[in-house]
Amino acid sequence: MLPEGTRLTGSSSFADYLATTAPELMPGAASRAGGAHGDLAPHATTIVSATFDGGVIMAGDRRATMGNVIAQRDIEKVFPADEYSCIGIAGSAGLAIEMVRLFQVELEHYEKIEGTVLSADGKANRLAALIRGNLGLAMQGLAVVPLFASFDLETQQGRIFSYDVTGGRYEEHSGFHTVGSGSVFARGSLKKLYSRGLTEGDCVTAAIQALYDAADDDSATGGPDLTRRIFPVVSVVTADGYRRLADDEVGAIADDVIGSRLQRPDGPSAPLN
Amino acid sequence: MTQQFYVSPEQLMKDRADFARKGITRGRSVAVIHYADGILFVAENPSQALHKISEIYDRIGFAAVGRYNEFENLRIAGVRLADMRGYAYDRRDVTARGLANAYAQTLGTIFSSGGEKPYEVEIFVGELGDDASHDQVYRLMYDGSVADVQGFGVMGGQSEQVEAYLGEHFAPGLDLASAIRIAVTALGQDTDPARTVEASALEIATLSRSRPQPRKFKRLTDADVRAALGSA
Repeated sequence: MLPEGTRLTGSSSFADYLATTAPELMPGAASRAGGAHGDLAPHATTIVSATFDGGVIMAGDRRATMGNVIAQRDIEKVFPADEYSCIGIAGSAGLAIEMVRLFQVELEHYEKIEGTVLSADGKANRLAALIRGNLGLAMQGLAVVPLFASFDLETQQGRIFSYDVTGGRYEEHSGFHTVGSGSVFARGSLKKLYSRGLTEGDCVTAAIQALYDAADDDSATGGPDLTRRIFPVVSVVTADGYRRLADDEVGAIADDVIGSRLQRPDGPSAPLN
Repeated sequence: MTQQFYVSPEQLMKDRADFARKGITRGRSVAVIHYADGILFVAENPSQALHKISEIYDRIGFAAVGRYNEFENLRIAGVRLADMRGYAYDRRDVTARGLANAYAQTLGTIFSSGGEKPYEVEIFVGELGDDASHDQVYRLMYDGSVADVQGFGVMGGQSEQVEAYLGEHFAPGLDLASAIRIAVTALGQDTDPARTVEASALEIATLSRSRPQPRKFKRLTDADVRAALGSA
């Protein structure tokens, strides 16, 4: 038998449907205890994203931390949201991954029910609504702060959206953005390295440089792991859709970056004026 | 006071079945064919927006004939059921068999309950397997009965003529273009003499193993269809 409620007419949102029919499955629904829990669960750290002409890239380091302990060294924090967008997560890893799963189903569900894809702004707004639903837990230290990048099929441009814990949605017009514990250092690095007119490949190199700088100064961000060959997850979204770079592609770029850092540990220098 | 006439259960069910069948034969047929690379759905449908064939999940497709509002209702319910199961468990745990069972029970309950009129719909639910021998297609009838479709199936409209043509021309392991040509010619057999169905009036979709994405459902564009029909 089709479960109760499936045949009712209603919204095209899977999250709304889930919230009414199985609220216990909503991300973070089970936890309502008071107090701060910030150190109880692994934290995901640094994500960087940058646009280029005709697309957008996103990269994330591979470390998850729990207090001073490295909880996982090969965690993945950048995911496809649908064919033309990707999402990177910082903050409480378990909740964030659950939220990404819900967001992925949300977009696919809308697409199947309505027969069309959501606009880039529509996707960004749906994500804002999901984050807002997590505000209670964010107040207890279990915040989820994603970075959303989408290829806008109307304008044929890559776009980046950042969020705060209250679900505030901000489009980044500067062409790049970073989130997570190492984001301050990564942003400083990108500020010097990024310019409009970079190619896709240049953007990937700049992102890996920025993650290196983040790992250099933030203990919670993982640098390239040479002995285990663990490198950042790098995704590219263009008119051809979502693509994750293969490990050896990223590995080759990371090797170049490390090679030049052996000469100058602080990385490429920028002209003074 | 008026006397209630006694109607035997046999008569009651027969009347309801006749009613549903009449609604279903009114429209055009929909055909499903197993081909080398997966499952092909072909419908005659001049509308570009009101679909008879849809995606339910990664490897599951849906086709329907009959009253639009009724099968659309069942389609949305199927998408919700599939997305919910895939979210609560895992994407691999969503199966056509589970979905067909849910549809069968719902249609059966509606058919035999006195309260609602029976649904005037028939449905195909197809699931792509890892290889051709694991592809499955189920056919759901208005009364909730389920049948396993082997090779090909037709429902709605003058399905006997269409099915007879397919029976003569179908062979296992067809390539996509041949499967489309046979199905489209078959759909034109519902009149005497047979007619030609225009490419623009066709709604065609596949569940194809050759798609690299996890979502295997693909709608063919008019250009794709014309290319397949033209390459005779």
